[in-house]
Amino acid sequence: MMSAASLRTMLDDGQPVTKHHPWPRVIVTAELWNALLDGLASSDWTMLGLWGEIGMAHLALYEDSSETIIVASLSCPDGRFPSVGRIHSPAQRLERTMADLIGLQPIGAPDYRPWLDHGCWPVRHPLGAATAPTGMRSPYRFLPAEGESLHQIPVGPVHAGIIEPGHFRFTANGETVVRLEQRLGYVHKGIESLLSGATIDQAARWLGRVSGDSTVAYALAFVRAVEAATKTVVPDRAHWLRALMAELERLANHCGDIGAICNDAAFALMLAHCAVLREKILRASAECFGHRLLMDCIVPGGVIADLSVDGVKTVRALMAELRRDFPPLVELYDNTASLQDRTVNTGFVRPALIKQFGCGGTIGRAGGRAFDARRWPGYPPYDQLTFETPLLTDSDVNARVWLRIHEVQQSLHLIEQILQQLPMGPVYMELNRPGQICEGMALIEGFRGDILVWLRLNADNTVARCHPRDPSWFQWPLLEAAIENNIVADFPICNKSFNGSYSGHDL
Amino acid sequence: MALITDYLVQGCQMLLILLLAPLLTGWVRVIKARLLRRRGPSLLQPYRDLFKLLGKDVVLAESASWLFRIAPYLIFAAIWVAAALVPTFAAGLMFNWTADLIAIVALLGSARFFLALAGLDVGTSFGGIGSSREMMIASLAEPAMLMMVFTLSLLAGTTELSAVAHFMLTAEVGLRVSLGLALLALMMVAIAENARVPVDNPATHLELTMVHEAMVLEYSGRHLALIELAASLKLLLYLSLLACIFAPWGMATAGAGLIAYGFGMAVYLIKLAFGGLLLALFESSIAKMRVFRVDEFLGAALMLGLLGALLLFVSRGL
Repeated sequence: MMSAASLRTMLDDGQPVTKHHPWPRVIVTAELWNALLDGLASSDWTMLGLWGEIGMAHLALYEDSSETIIVASLSCPDGRFPSVGRIHSPAQRLERTMADLIGLQPIGAPDYRPWLDHGCWPVRHPLGAATAPTGMRSPYRFLPAEGESLHQIPVGPVHAGIIEPGHFRFTANGETVVRLEQRLGYVHKGIESLLSGATIDQAARWLGRVSGDSTVAYALAFVRAVEAATKTVVPDRAHWLRALMAELERLANHCGDIGAICNDAAFALMLAHCAVLREKILRASAECFGHRLLMDCIVPGGVIADLSVDGVKTVRALMAELRRDFPPLVELYDNTASLQDRTVNTGFVRPALIKQFGCGGTIGRAGGRAFDARRWPGYPPYDQLTFETPLLTDSDVNARVWLRIHEVQQSLHLIEQILQQLPMGPVYMELNRPGQICEGMALIEGFRGDILVWLRLNADNTVARCHPRDPSWFQWPLLEAAIENNIVADFPICNKSFNGSYSGHDL
Repeated sequence: MALITDYLVQGCQMLLILLLAPLLTGWVRVIKARLLRRRGPSLLQPYRDLFKLLGKDVVLAESASWLFRIAPYLIFAAIWVAAALVPTFAAGLMFNWTADLIAIVALLGSARFFLALAGLDVGTSFGGIGSSREMMIASLAEPAMLMMVFTLSLLAGTTELSAVAHFMLTAEVGLRVSLGLALLALMMVAIAENARVPVDNPATHLELTMVHEAMVLEYSGRHLALIELAASLKLLLYLSLLACIFAPWGMATAGAGLIAYGFGMAVYLIKLAFGGLLLALFESSIAKMRVFRVDEFLGAALMLGLLGALLLFVSRGL
């Protein structure tokens, strides 16, 4: 059987694309594409991403056993390709997005409803034929859930609090949730369209704005893809400073999340203390690099500003403060029984689903999936640093809080090592100009999980096509599973423990 | 002349609680903010909010019926009257003799009934969720409250609050297990009835977790002002009730003269401030419970009330 073969041997039959770095991209036939889909359903492969361009569908796969990443590309000149979602449900929303943005139709897909396109755009298929929208669209059909005494609760996209917009359609029996269906896409900004034709510097700024809380991770993913494509070797110190920024971002977001989850159980004390910590981290970031969220600090070729001696002192002082202030908060969380009563066993996600969806980040690692892009595929300087990848198996809200707590501790440890071992030297290197079309991709561990960026550069070093894939693509669907058989009132705390990105997902 | 004074004092009491209620809400908020190391809004912020709301237009849902429009007035009136029945700075005022604890429970029950109806009236899912949860809470809170009333009336021989307060000041009461149980039961009921943490969160923005806030989500303008004021009054009512029954010291008697009234007022304010402080401390130290745990919480209150009453049947000394 084909699926027994390893990913690499299977793709030997395909036609490899040169100038695609660091992992191979292979153009496959329809038969091979279908064989890959069968393999996806039956082996330990994980889908890393599924995206398209005019006349071509790309599928990024990762094989756990051989640690291989390969992009399979299927040419589809008629705008149709065999559906991946038919066999592998994590691909369904990505396919619907491909149909919305490019007009690529998945054949045999279980779900043909639009996803990001709510019928309000001035253009259809903005990345494809870009035609004017035609006539009235039929209203969106939510999936039915029928039975006696079931009722629907529509929530959002306008919420009572100041949060991002998303629509959640609950079908409930009293308080018990029978089905949750999400509808996202309200903050679609057309970033992929903006990226096509942008210069690399412009594109780096756009990428830093895909999801504001992950601006470092996105910028890092983009510049690493660019540097892979152009084969630019960045100075050592730049790598280390980028890692420092990435860990500061992770620290700030995890601190904020821990507080916010507790606040959803009306335990505002934790939020107040965690917000203080987060604020301290943001201020230290601003002092060291000039921006609280470190936006635009990572640029193609290096970093925008070096860390001064004073900066090192600031970060050291911050670390000392966090080491002093964070453990009492962990104790507070651990000792508040009323809080644990809310988090333990709430929002359980089956580990099998986590594995199938290739769900990374805190949700994945709180549910037994040990994937951490810093460790594998890995990128400098993490190969020279010692750190653990915390792993829990309970897969409930409590586990996700604890995972964040452990990751905060690891990040503190990492930052201290970075400060100690920070090499001297330049922090910026002019990008190479290969003068021909080249492609690159990168997989970066943001605070939510692994961010994938794939891009193709034109000969004049402008971006031809760039696709950033947020970790939330594989996390939002799991939230639908997590809330099943929970009660309606527990949805906010489950949602906060996921903390999926609306902006990064809606793009 | 005496009648006129009685009217005046009673009028003062009604006005006083109306004026004090937002201050108490503001006080609890300030303490909670300070406990979180925040500066918090000014003590007077609830007044400003009420004035702002009174000046705003009412936005009515298309599906709202007459019930939705009159409910705020009914709710406000019922709770105001109920609050006026509780002795605050002085016992034995005019209205105190006209209605007893059971009447107060009934008035609060009516207010809740109309609020739940208003929540259902516009037909939004949140209103429905709020009403259904409120009724679940009420179905346990009301019996618990009545059990507490029975315990008291068995002891004091009356359900009339001024008499109860008078009785509690006499030496023969002493320390009693049944009273302790009744106190606990009343505090638990008070927390549930006023939509405080851990039963409900008055400060939440999460629609799906709301109880009280979900029912009033569709209200705006003066309707909302009345409902907010009624909620503040209800908090004041329960604190006054606790103070009147379990800490009646310093309360003036009717016709005691201005100085006694003034002293009673000062003591009353101190009691309220202390009550608000305790509430804020309690709320800050605990997380909200799961919706389905509320019945266990109130079930405990009911059992405590029942136990208090039963103990008195076993022995009048307990």
